Amino acid sequence: MSDGDRPLTFSLDGESVPFKAGQTVMQAALAAGRYVPHLCYHPEFKPHGSCKICTLKVNGHWVTSCTLPAAAGQQVESRGEEIDEKRRTLVQMLFVEGNHFCPSCEKSGNCKLQAVAYEVGMLTPRFDHFFPDRPVDASHPEILLDFNRCILCELCVRASSEVDGKGVFALAGRGITKHLIVNSESGRLADTDIAVTDKAIEVCPVGVILRKRVGFAVPIGSRRFDREPVSEQALRDAPRPLDRAPRGGE
Amino acid sequence: MQGAATIPPADRKRRLESILSRHGNARTELVQILREVQEPEGWIRPEAITTIARALKLPRARVEGVAGFYSFLHLKPGGRYRLRFSDNITDRMAGAERLLARLCELLWVERGRTSEDGLVSVDTTSCTGMCDQAPAMLVNGWAIARLDGARIEEIADLVRGQRPVEDWPRELFAIEDNVRRKDILLVAALAPGEAIRAALARGSGALTERASNERSWREAIEIAPQGARAVLEEIKLANLRGRGGAGFTTGLKWEACAMAPATPRYVVCNADEGEPGTFKDRVLLSAYADLLFEGMTVAAYAVGARHGFVYLRGEYRHLLAPLQAVLDRRRREHLLGASICDQPDFDFDIAIHLGAGAYVCGEESALIESLEGKRGIPRNRPPYPVTSGYLKQPTIVNNVETFCAAALIAVHGGAWYRGIGTARSAGTKLLSVSGDCARPGVYEYPFGTTVAQVLADCGAEFTQAVQVSGASGTCIDQSEFGRRIAFEDLPTAGAFMVFDETRDMFEVARSFVQFFAHESCGFCTPCRVGTTLLRKLMDKLAAGSGSQHDLTQIVDLNHLLQAASHCGLGHTACNPVLDTLKRFRPAYEQRLVTLDYAPAFDLDGALARARAMTGRDDPGAHFGAGP
Repeated sequence: MSDGDRPLTFSLDGESVPFKAGQTVMQAALAAGRYVPHLCYHPEFKPHGSCKICTLKVNGHWVTSCTLPAAAGQQVESRGEEIDEKRRTLVQMLFVEGNHFCPSCEKSGNCKLQAVAYEVGMLTPRFDHFFPDRPVDASHPEILLDFNRCILCELCVRASSEVDGKGVFALAGRGITKHLIVNSESGRLADTDIAVTDKAIEVCPVGVILRKRVGFAVPIGSRRFDREPVSEQALRDAPRPLDRAPRGGE
Repeated sequence: MQGAATIPPADRKRRLESILSRHGNARTELVQILREVQEPEGWIRPEAITTIARALKLPRARVEGVAGFYSFLHLKPGGRYRLRFSDNITDRMAGAERLLARLCELLWVERGRTSEDGLVSVDTTSCTGMCDQAPAMLVNGWAIARLDGARIEEIADLVRGQRPVEDWPRELFAIEDNVRRKDILLVAALAPGEAIRAALARGSGALTERASNERSWREAIEIAPQGARAVLEEIKLANLRGRGGAGFTTGLKWEACAMAPATPRYVVCNADEGEPGTFKDRVLLSAYADLLFEGMTVAAYAVGARHGFVYLRGEYRHLLAPLQAVLDRRRREHLLGASICDQPDFDFDIAIHLGAGAYVCGEESALIESLEGKRGIPRNRPPYPVTSGYLKQPTIVNNVETFCAAALIAVHGGAWYRGIGTARSAGTKLLSVSGDCARPGVYEYPFGTTVAQVLADCGAEFTQAVQVSGASGTCIDQSEFGRRIAFEDLPTAGAFMVFDETRDMFEVARSFVQFFAHESCGFCTPCRVGTTLLRKLMDKLAAGSGSQHDLTQIVDLNHLLQAASHCGLGHTACNPVLDTLKRFRPAYEQRLVTLDYAPAFDLDGALARARAMTGRDDPGAHFGAGP
């Protein structure tokens, strides 16, 4: 779908970004090499729009860029202190509603929440911690669930249902009591049909779903986000249906 | 009626199977199934969740997740008598907290806990829509209003005597309509079928052209009955706007749905009247049900729908049987069902879904999710319900009052309706008046009526403030009582809560903040965490340890919630605080300690639990008391 020979584009912080019909603002931005911070979005899954870290302005209105369809001529702003401050506050909110102790967490360095916190320049938690009571589930011989670190992105819920075809995870509760549950009458992971090879395990961006006995196989300091910031990795992972600089009349 | 007794496992199993088969094992019926399964025992057993999941072919965790979303569905046993006090500010003003404490005392139970013998639990719930006869409560889901000392004693006796709720005196459950001022809508005495026949007559002569198979919207437009088109035109001409709060133009909504190519299409009535301080739909549902169903049938005719739903809030459980009876009568009268009014091919019927205690389901896309048997999470938009609503089919969702007005327009025409009210707000508006006034109840006014007029009519004196349109609405002070009820000035979903000069407006705002924190669906980060942060900040101010810094934090949170929240709940959650902060700042400032920053942590308060456990409250058990 293009208007004559000209590809569809919108303006992102003054630069022209091409997009294909059906792409969202964030998908097009990432494909064009422009990072927009995010946590619940994953290129392999349908955008969900719950973490709101990717909030930015389109034509002067605040929107969720991972779910908003891109449209020709949109004026998109994703830079500036006003936007950065909002994203930082949202990350701070995620930190204080759960129990996140990076220095003692085996996911440190591989954790997307931690990486995005660095990316958006979070230096303090700002708000008082809620210290929720969230017992861990160590019932399964090979997999540990530490709900203290859950950010409710639903990636495991989506992966288990859409990729693994199992429905091991679901959300229960409402509001601030919303929490992750597993698919068994006992409520224990050991009584579900989860397997170590499930996509649901791989996709957890934080330290909730962990394979046992491999936590420190890679030493802190040489882990995923120790080597390269999350922004660069996200750009590399983004599907690129378009050339970086598309030309008309191909 | 809900009895809350233990029943033998074999009966339980039989009962569950009969409920499942009655609902055809349909996933869309999940919330209804869970509610019905829960009725006899007051909670849903884990093995029942497993059975339901198997029957509906859903992962068990999904079913558990749905049950866990709604305040009135329970996965753990509570008291056999579950007593819940309505906790709107108007209930508190009428003495609800004192009565709750008294009831706990009489029953030897701690608030929020179940008694040791499993007999009873006493707690609060969000506004139950009885503000005109506050304080009110729900007993195993059944509403009791006009609570006072004598009623509390009587309820305590009934519970202690273990009388089944169905044997309690009928007069305890009597709910008054309290209609105080009638205008065009509340005086309407339409004969059953009058609006439908009027709608059909608008296209007389052209009705037989309707094609049974409308393959495209262009084709549909060409061959849609002229009657349907004529009704749409009248609704547009009337300039009827949605009465649920958002004020979207009803004619445009219906037209977009009618033009959507997909079929079937659905007509949904939003009777999930959850906004604190609103109860006018309760009165329409109780005393004007025919007018509502008439309006829904007219809508079905206009958009070409065969199925309708009423999503009735769980708090109005007592209205379910009377509404079903009206539907049954209308079926017998050929005003519902196949070939309505002998019109070939005009088939329409209405089912009632009962909600289960979730304010957010008043948001139309969350309501649709709940109708589909899911957690009530607002959807990402676009697409909008008019093209992709219930089961992804074109759907209109309108408020109870909107459908009632549409029935009137079908009879009297759009021009007549447009002549009432103001240029931009046609027709009348029902107000739910409550709080500090002599005559609380439902008042119908033409749009454009001033706040001062309403205050005079309801007998309000020494009024300090009015909260218009509920917790998510606007709080105005004396200087603004000349403002008008209208979309262009003070838009409202109907709530009109009056506060006299003795009221502490900080506590009013704090009660609304508690409400939003309790009702946030939890989908998006800003609302889930932000509403709780706001509640904690207000608690900090209430505890007398607030500072200027906290007021700044509140303003910052508001900006974030407005910018980043997923739906209107988050967008408006800070309104009560901002409005009162602007107009009643001294109510806040008198609570601040004169520092730029003060910590929320209270050293002496942290010892409270230890004091309770040891039964001490002497000076030596407090910090800073000295030896």
